[in-house]
Amino acid sequence: MRKVYMDHTAGMPVDPRVLEAMTPYFEKFYGNPSSLHSFSQEARKGLENAREKVANLVNAEKREEILFTSCATESNNWAIRGIAARNEKLGKHVITTSIEHMSVMNVCKHLMKKGFKVSFLPVDEYGVVDLEALKKELTDETILVSVMYANGEIGTIEPIKEVSEIVHSKNAYLHVDATAAMGQLEIDVQKEGIDSLTLSSNDMYGPKGVGALYVKRGTRLEPLIFGGGQEYGLRSGTENLPGIVGMGKAAELTKAEMEMESKRLSRLRDKFIKGLLEKISYSFLNGHPTRRLPNNVAVRFSFIEGESMLLNLNMAGVAASSGSACTAKTLEPSHVLRAIGLKHEEAHGSLLFTLGKQNSEEDVDYVVSLLPDIVKRLRAMSPLTPKELRENV
Amino acid sequence: MYSEKVMEHFRNPRNVGEIPNADGVGTVGNPVCGDMMTIYIKVKDNRIKDIKFKTFGCGAAVATSSMITELAKGKTLEDALKITRKDVADSLGGLPPIKMHCSNLAADALHEAINDYHKKQEAKTK
Repeated sequence: MRKVYMDHTAGMPVDPRVLEAMTPYFEKFYGNPSSLHSFSQEARKGLENAREKVANLVNAEKREEILFTSCATESNNWAIRGIAARNEKLGKHVITTSIEHMSVMNVCKHLMKKGFKVSFLPVDEYGVVDLEALKKELTDETILVSVMYANGEIGTIEPIKEVSEIVHSKNAYLHVDATAAMGQLEIDVQKEGIDSLTLSSNDMYGPKGVGALYVKRGTRLEPLIFGGGQEYGLRSGTENLPGIVGMGKAAELTKAEMEMESKRLSRLRDKFIKGLLEKISYSFLNGHPTRRLPNNVAVRFSFIEGESMLLNLNMAGVAASSGSACTAKTLEPSHVLRAIGLKHEEAHGSLLFTLGKQNSEEDVDYVVSLLPDIVKRLRAMSPLTPKELRENV
Repeated sequence: MYSEKVMEHFRNPRNVGEIPNADGVGTVGNPVCGDMMTIYIKVKDNRIKDIKFKTFGCGAAVATSSMITELAKGKTLEDALKITRKDVADSLGGLPPIKMHCSNLAADALHEAINDYHKKQEAKTK
């Protein structure tokens, strides 16, 4: 059976060249980068090279502005808690959007328990953040604004430059979660005016278990882990060197290959979306039609439920994802789909395909040829399907 | 995540459809929750002669609907009323804990259909 993996936002394979770069740091260069002897020299070099490569990827001014973490969730947690804690004397107000990842949402909710006021900005039907609402919410009390670079669930790219100008007019810090955009969009922290930026390794074919936080020089941030003083005294603990080297290599490859790959993926994405919307009635695109991540195909089909579609796709060898409550641990439909105004039953019928390097045009054709029959079969079974549709898709 | 038996019923659901002029119809759940099912029964000599279902929902919702039609077919109405949610889940080799509450509605839908049948019969005799 044909196997098609289209769940890249959830997990990606490690690029073989990345794995090759990592291997020596398990078996040869095992010295602690903090030691003085010769065994540690290669390790230290590997660490700083990786830092340089990650800094280059997002055009950081200095490599010291890159701090390695264990994952993107940690980076988001650290940036938001660390900036809030260090600056709370200046004000206790934080602003974010209603479509952030849970690693931003739940930290903000935690801050509320600690006495901070948090504003969750609305988005339009495409998921673009409301800049007028941002202007209204910003006050002299606001110390931090957190807006994602792009949303992985609906693909929408946020207007970070505009957000930054507004935020900095009130002297607040801007944190940006770039996890979903990794490896797909060119990010320039200097040009776009970003104070802190969450970076993910696995989202650009690097290993899991490592991430990074860009922190612009001069940004007031509390340390995350106290100990031996690694990561400039901000995050102590012996470095995950093979992981960090892997992330560095992934950043280098991304920088060199992203432009072409993003073009290829965008073409596949557009063909995919067009094919599904043309072949299946009562089908809709989730997220923005053009301001969209190259790998993101988020769609919804009326009268049926996402998990049933996923199970059928899985039986045909296709791995995808859904915004339906029935696939979530919480039994609530995705907050992102609710924030763009979808009703519960519409959110339940959502499917998310995220493309990657190994996906070909044939893969797209295969899924586009499969889905109409799956939808037809489930609609025939559904009590919600209108009579005139029962015979046709 | 699902047992082989659940997947088997999901792949080949039994008794999908509607019964025109059904003797009893039961609908439970709603699309907001993500699960909704309707069960149709035809009754003869106090037994469930025919039973069909329509379901909107996840794999567990489809499998439990299919399973209950098999469990109930041919049973007397009294015996059919005794079928519990647990019986349905057990017959399927178990359900994931999170699905036990939300998607295991088939027994309720069957009971609704039988109640509907009784109500209709009462209305006829009045």
